[in-house]
Amino acid sequence: MRVGLFIPCYIDQFYPKVAIATLKLLQNVGCEVDYPLQQTCCGQPMANSGYEHLTGGCNENFVRNFSGYDYIVSPSGSCTLHIKHHLHAANESEASAIRSRIYELTEFLTDVVKVSSLKATFPYRVGLHQSCHGQRGLHLAQMSELVAPPFSKPAQLLNLVDGLDLVQLDRRDECCGFGGTFCVTEEAVSAKMGKDRVADHLRHGVNYITGVDVSCLMHLEGILKRANSAVQVKHIAEILTATV
Amino acid sequence: MNQLNLDHASAAVEFNKDEPRVDWHDETLWFVRTKRDRAAAQLPEWEQLREAASQIKNHVLSNMHDLLAQFEENAKQNGITVHWAENADEHNAIIHKLIQDAGVTRMVKSKSMLTEECHLNDYLTRHGIEVIDSDLGERIVQMRKEPPSHIVLPAIHLKKSDVGETFHEHLGTEKGATDPQYLTEAARQHLRDTFLTRKVALTGVNFAIAETGGFVVCTNEGNADMGAHLADVHIAAMGFEKIIPRAEHLGVFLRLLARSATGQPITTFSSHFHRPRPGQQMHIVIVDNGRSRQLGRPDFRNSLKCIRCAACLNTCPVYRRSGGHSYHSAIAGPIGSILAPNLDMKLNADLPFASTLCGSCSNVCPVKIDIHDQLYKWRQVLMKEGYGPGSKTAAMKAMATVLESPSLYRVAGKIGRGVLRFTPVLAENRFNPWYNQREMPEPPAESFRDWYINNKKV
Ligand code: SF4
Repeated sequence: MRVGLFIPCYIDQFYPKVAIATLKLLQNVGCEVDYPLQQTCCGQPMANSGYEHLTGGCNENFVRNFSGYDYIVSPSGSCTLHIKHHLHAANESEASAIRSRIYELTEFLTDVVKVSSLKATFPYRVGLHQSCHGQRGLHLAQMSELVAPPFSKPAQLLNLVDGLDLVQLDRRDECCGFGGTFCVTEEAVSAKMGKDRVADHLRHGVNYITGVDVSCLMHLEGILKRANSAVQVKHIAEILTATV
Repeated sequence: MNQLNLDHASAAVEFNKDEPRVDWHDETLWFVRTKRDRAAAQLPEWEQLREAASQIKNHVLSNMHDLLAQFEENAKQNGITVHWAENADEHNAIIHKLIQDAGVTRMVKSKSMLTEECHLNDYLTRHGIEVIDSDLGERIVQMRKEPPSHIVLPAIHLKKSDVGETFHEHLGTEKGATDPQYLTEAARQHLRDTFLTRKVALTGVNFAIAETGGFVVCTNEGNADMGAHLADVHIAAMGFEKIIPRAEHLGVFLRLLARSATGQPITTFSSHFHRPRPGQQMHIVIVDNGRSRQLGRPDFRNSLKCIRCAACLNTCPVYRRSGGHSYHSAIAGPIGSILAPNLDMKLNADLPFASTLCGSCSNVCPVKIDIHDQLYKWRQVLMKEGYGPGSKTAAMKAMATVLESPSLYRVAGKIGRGVLRFTPVLAENRFNPWYNQREMPEPPAESFRDWYINNKKV
């Protein structure tokens, strides 16, 4: 099984540790992982800002990098969703193959690899921030609005970690307010949403906030740090590979 | 009120200056959303009901002409006079004429978002006609000369103390009074007098039934009935999308509407009007006002399925933290942000961006409108047609150039990280909206790519 690893631009630049943990996690579960060196970005920042018509170059580059893999895996629900819904290119058959073969990391682990055990230890109280694009877009977890039985792919994996205490939040899937360029164009609402999201976790005495989207976590981290909080954020890949 | 002149983001900055009020607004609406969840969960067939409603509405959208013609014919046979209005001006003029024909200068109105959309109150006031809104929330905002901030709870942005002040000023209640019972009683007395003396009453329409030529109005206060039953002339105003094919479909919509709106099993009053009582006149004004245009846009026609339950407003994390007035449009929130650009793209180009595209709105919508996908699509239309600020377009072009070239991307990444590491002052200043309330991420020495080239195997 050849896996092409897609590391979104801001993870590559600001959170290499998340990418390293993702690579390690995929290798630990037996995947042959390759990181195509000429990759850049999924194009979502332009598209969500209303400039999908400028994403052509990005899309072509994505297809050049990720054609031919059995699976493409990424530690970001949001970027994965964007590719799944909006990737088009001159070579449309390749683009369509990529759209159907791209997976967010946790859904890849639960649905394709079917991981049932992990060698990881993380003896802390952890709050899971369910990011919207992964959750409602990729259906990584049941949504509070729908009348349907509950499940959560990220929580399923976190429950395999030794010592980890997963807390229940008051609003289990409220948006954190990151929203791509929304975080700066609507700064007031974005920051308020982030503060409220953090407060829910703090009320439940967490040591760490985790999630499947580094972008949301970066936003929550910025708010925690501004408040001089001792609570830290960690991407789920870092926790699923943690040894203490 | 002055928020109406600002774009959404700027109005939201104003709204957020009073953080405790934002918290209260958020929590109140979240409470309603939670009640909705509980009510929905009590019906095991909830998702099937939503699907049924959605299918009926799809059928309506595809057969609009025939259903409206059928409705008109049946309504006429019932003795209702049917009027057609192409736009807001025609709608207002028709109603004005009916009031003049009745020989009065005062009327009572039940809550109708369509009349807000058409700015009927302003129009009639300018023409010397006194309009009293009889829905309590609507009456409160009317006294304050504010538009409603929510389609079901028009005064949800106000606290009890605000209402107390307003009533003290306009109804002469005691200063400082905040007891809801006392205030409601004062409003009731005032409205009772209004109902008894008005010869013309206007109501909205929740559902118009093609098969029977009648219509249904849902209220929790019974104020539509009070107005319509006591008046000599009953005028009902409806957007043409309110049509449903058959009376048997009402069961689907009435079960969904109240549960989605407030978590009640059913609205307190679902009043069925089919024909004028002897001696009474009944008129229905069917309004287009841009609806045919929206029906003709494949990406946005679904928005006409809306039954105005407001579930998407209550669940919207942005609405809860920016307030209804920040949407500077009769209908606030996610659904309003889809409807408003259809009315005026230039004026409302900001609204589809007042969302994180979290998707919660689409999930609560009882008629399954793909709300967040339509917001995404409006963004594409609006920016492509040049309604974006020039600076944004330039920034996006620059970003596209960098991200489509792996070598440029690497250089830019290195510079970006370098700037943050060695001269953080460049980013940590008040001109950077990220930094206003959040710390910047700490940039690492090397990118993942640099690391990967040297280490590969973990
Ligand atoms: S769009 Fe859907 S959820 Fe929103 S008001 Fe209309 S029917 Fe209700």
